[in-house]
Amino acid sequence: MSTTTGSGVWTTVCPLDAVDVEGGVAALVEGAAVAIFRTHDGNVYAISNYDPCCRASVLARGIVGTRGEIPVVASPMHKQAFDLRTGQCLDDAAVRVTTYDVRVVDQQVQVGRPREPVEGT
Amino acid sequence: MSPHLRKRLVVVGHGMVGHRFVQAAVERGLTETHDVVVVGEEPRPAYDRVALTSFFEVGAEALSLLPEGAYDDPRVELRLGTAVEGFDPETRTVLLSDGEVLTYDDLVLATGAAPFVPPVPGHDLPGCFVYRTIEDLEAIRAAAAGASTGVVVGGGLLGLEAAKALADLGLETSVVEMAPRLMAVQVDDAGGATLRRHVEGLGLIVHTEARTTAVVERDGRAAGLSLDGRDDVAADLIVFSAGIRPRDGLARAAGLDLAERGGVLVDERCRTSDPHVWAVGECAAPAGRMYGLVAPGYAMAEVVVDALLGGPGEFTGADLSTKLKLMGVDVASFGDAFATTQGALELVYADAVAGVYKKLVVSADGTRLLGGVLVGDASAYGVLRPMVASGIALPDNPEELILPVGRGGGADLALPDDAQVCSCNDVTKQQVTDAVAGGGCDSPACVQACTRAGSTCGSCKPVVKRIVEEWFEAQGRVVDRSLCEHFPLTRQELFDVVAVHGHTTFDQVVAAHGTGRGCDVCKPTIASILASQLDRHVLEPATRTLQDTNDAYLANIQRNGTYSVVPRIPGGEVTPEGLIVIGEVARDFGLYTKITGGQRIDLFGARMEELPAIWRRLVDAGFESGHAYGKSLRTVKSCVGSTWCRYGVQDSVQLAIDLELRYRGLRSPHKLKGGVSGCARECAEARGKDFGVIATERGWNLYVGGNGGATPVHARLLAGDLDTPTLVRYLDRFLMYYVRTADRLQRTAPWVDSLDGGLDRVRAVVVDDVLGLGGELEAAMARHVEGYADEWRATLDDPDKLRRFVSFVNAPDVPDPHISFREERDQQVPAEVAGPVVLGTTIPVGAPR
Ligand code: SRM
Ligand SMILES: Cc1cc2nc3c(=O)[nH]c(=O)nc-3n(C[C@H](O)[C@H](O)[C@H](O)COP(=O)(O)OP(=O)(O)OC[C@H]3O[C@@H](n4cnc5c(N)ncnc54)[C@H](O)[C@@H]3O)c2cc1C
Ligand code: SF4
Ligand code: FES
Repeated sequence: MSTTTGSGVWTTVCPLDAVDVEGGVAALVEGAAVAIFRTHDGNVYAISNYDPCCRASVLARGIVGTRGEIPVVASPMHKQAFDLRTGQCLDDAAVRVTTYDVRVVDQQVQVGRPREPVEGT
Repeated sequence: MSPHLRKRLVVVGHGMVGHRFVQAAVERGLTETHDVVVVGEEPRPAYDRVALTSFFEVGAEALSLLPEGAYDDPRVELRLGTAVEGFDPETRTVLLSDGEVLTYDDLVLATGAAPFVPPVPGHDLPGCFVYRTIEDLEAIRAAAAGASTGVVVGGGLLGLEAAKALADLGLETSVVEMAPRLMAVQVDDAGGATLRRHVEGLGLIVHTEARTTAVVERDGRAAGLSLDGRDDVAADLIVFSAGIRPRDGLARAAGLDLAERGGVLVDERCRTSDPHVWAVGECAAPAGRMYGLVAPGYAMAEVVVDALLGGPGEFTGADLSTKLKLMGVDVASFGDAFATTQGALELVYADAVAGVYKKLVVSADGTRLLGGVLVGDASAYGVLRPMVASGIALPDNPEELILPVGRGGGADLALPDDAQVCSCNDVTKQQVTDAVAGGGCDSPACVQACTRAGSTCGSCKPVVKRIVEEWFEAQGRVVDRSLCEHFPLTRQELFDVVAVHGHTTFDQVVAAHGTGRGCDVCKPTIASILASQLDRHVLEPATRTLQDTNDAYLANIQRNGTYSVVPRIPGGEVTPEGLIVIGEVARDFGLYTKITGGQRIDLFGARMEELPAIWRRLVDAGFESGHAYGKSLRTVKSCVGSTWCRYGVQDSVQLAIDLELRYRGLRSPHKLKGGVSGCARECAEARGKDFGVIATERGWNLYVGGNGGATPVHARLLAGDLDTPTLVRYLDRFLMYYVRTADRLQRTAPWVDSLDGGLDRVRAVVVDDVLGLGGELEAAMARHVEGYADEWRATLDDPDKLRRFVSFVNAPDVPDPHISFREERDQQVPAEVAGPVVLGTTIPVGAPR
């Protein structure tokens, strides 16, 4: 289901409680695989599900935690950590994944536009 | 070099020193120019005579110094079960017991020593034994089976060891010593008195100042000892341990010079009076004196190899320090223990209640340590002995060295670099530091592998460990044992705090003992610890977000994001029907199928959302999860064993199945693998496993601490000839002890090495139960066995768990468009992805452990 609002297109993907605290799910948003995470402090983040380090669509299955103050997910393949806020890979400065606008409305998770162009996936 | 220019070296005797000689010859390149023939009279290759007593527990194989049975150098020929009858220095030939005559360019005598049996009447009656070879111990064990009392003649180091062994064999045992005290050569009167109390505390009866005049005979057998002016001591079994005599007969017959008190006289290069004949070890007498310890023998072996290579090495005497290896009694004596040096002073600390006696012998000016005696607490031996050897200056209050910690003791001393820390293998502190600084060693176990320090009697291990730790601290690199940035604890410490506080969730653990919200290191570790303590399903809400992806989806992730599925096939045994089901599932889901290295079948390329349907089919056919994904028991490999195999002596398949079913699902610090072979041919490669069982005629030998992988290690014998219940009990204890105390991702081999005392420590805890933990470890395992449930089936039965097995939360049936396959050899495999893949981890191959 997509709705157009003032700021763009929002896709409602699932109820909030479908995402475990410190867990992730993958969602299909306008043909792109998006990983949605919920952290311990109640924040919800959305980044591309595609791990450019191993070229597989797997990030939603990683372990969520912190590195220093940064909320991160570690790729389930080879454990590189990605900053959930920016998509920046903390183990390789050259790698960064797309982040998405995300919000919770009426206990439903909605994913918006990519904050940057989706890289060649 | 053409063969006729090669020289031949004949070594007589394949004991500890003969073996070390050959090792050094191979390592230092002497075999480039020499063919080496070793002639040994005993039926087996050299073994660790120093540890001879442990034969009763671990069997002959574990003592072997050459477990492969041959040297890794084709130019060394080993002839066992053959004695040298004589040699002729004129013709340079030796005569073998099988009649063959060998010529030599150089001859090395390494014939050792023989026990001295006082020529009292009856000394050779049946029932009289000596204590020197494995055959001697086999004979003693056989005789002890029908006996109830034993006596040992001789209260020295070896006599006490033999007496303890007799007591352990269930005999009421006495020790008869001619001198006024036990271990008269090593300890003084006061130390001897303390020692005597300890020995009596072990249940042995001690007679000192007792001279044996005859062996009492009854019905043609030994029945006890007659003592001068005392009552007879009755005994069914007598062991003589009244000293040793060098085996110098060959040299005597060949006309070589002997030392006055026996032994082949050699110069400082260990050359005899014939320039082509050398002598090393207990048969040799450098400067007229023989040495009854292994370390001087090793030094002599190195000197001869050096001499034959044209080097300058010399043997100039050796340290006679000794430490008694008896379980339960600490005795050590080192340096000038009797204060014979001019003006030497003695410092004594004695605590009769605690049974501790310690004496330091100090130079007249109080600046240097000359020697000492420790009874009841020899923990300072490792530090004190090198102080004597290196002449390091004493601290202002030398008594601190022997006072108990808390009463001013426990002084820490910096050893100088040239201090010899391992006397058995002549390794200095500098060599240990070099192994760490230059050699990249990061653990005492690695230092032992590189330098041999600690590999013989083991008494230097604590010092080696301290030197390694001190070096890291000096570099500012405190050996950081924290698990990760979130927990300043090791896995073992975490295990303990979780148990003590009864935590059941990650939130509780991190709130109480950590910082932040965890990571891919600490979360799976805590999940594993909680699993070991609570036996909960891994996908319970409380723990599922802690699991690595493999555990989280109960399957192994593959390079393209699909998974592989491995059903358990216990012991590798599978029915044709089972095989057909696996085949049908693979065909119907289009899975790449492969026989694994672990005797089972792996089905690759399953999409995450297909996993439940695949399991459903497998579970319905009676299969369950093989835990190929978990840090848990993988497989227990079996050979076909006595059911079919013409050599098999036990049913290895049944045992492998039983063990696999018993330990399946056990979460552990790293994966665990086992193996069971039906006979010594070892077709199941059990010794390449964390635990390996090999059938014997009488039961099972249990080996532990093996693995393949990047740094292969053979498992070592923990206990021999066990019946099945005992085997299972020891394994329960071993595995639980490992689960509780090992580090994260530390397999059993490095874990065993990391323990103070290594395998001996494991044996003490598992077999001898010195910590009294046996019952608790068994109970923990019983809880695990009781609580086991198949994770696949439990997942299929629970909609909340199944909910997560979808490709997309909002499009559960749409396959991940990133996954594509191509075909290879008639099966699907992941399609190539463009460009290189960044690898997260690399494994150094063959790096020293
Ligand atoms: C499938 C299999 C290869 C095969 O096609 O035969 C295999 C595949 C993997 N092995 Fe293995 N190993 C397989 C037998 C072995 C063996 C042989 C054996 O078990 O007899 C060894 C050497 C024996 C040993 O472990 O001591 C072996 C030593 C390793 C190691 C090195 C462990 C070490 O201590 O050095 C790793 C890396 C690790 O675990 O950290 C590893 C890790 C892996 C992983 C789990 C790597 C990973 O995380 O993706 C591979 C994925 C398994 C999968 O997707 O199903 N695999 N691996 C074998 C599965 C056996 C089974 O039925 O469960
Ligand atoms: C129970 C026990 C405990 C000990 N504990 C310690 C200890 O704690 N610390 C320590 O330093 N030392 C200890 N020792 C002493 C140590 O074992 C010896 O010092 C060491 O084994 C000497 O080595 P070697 O090679 O000279 O003699 P051995 O190891 O005896 O080897 C000599 C070999 O030569 C063979 N041989 C002899 N003659 C012939 C021939 N004509 N032809 C062919 N082969 C022949 C013998 O059969 C034997 O196999 C202990 C010894 C025993 C028995
Ligand atoms: S280990 Fe022994 S019993 Fe087992 S298959 Fe091999 S030869 Fe047969
Ligand atoms: S002192 Fe014996 S092994 Fe080091």
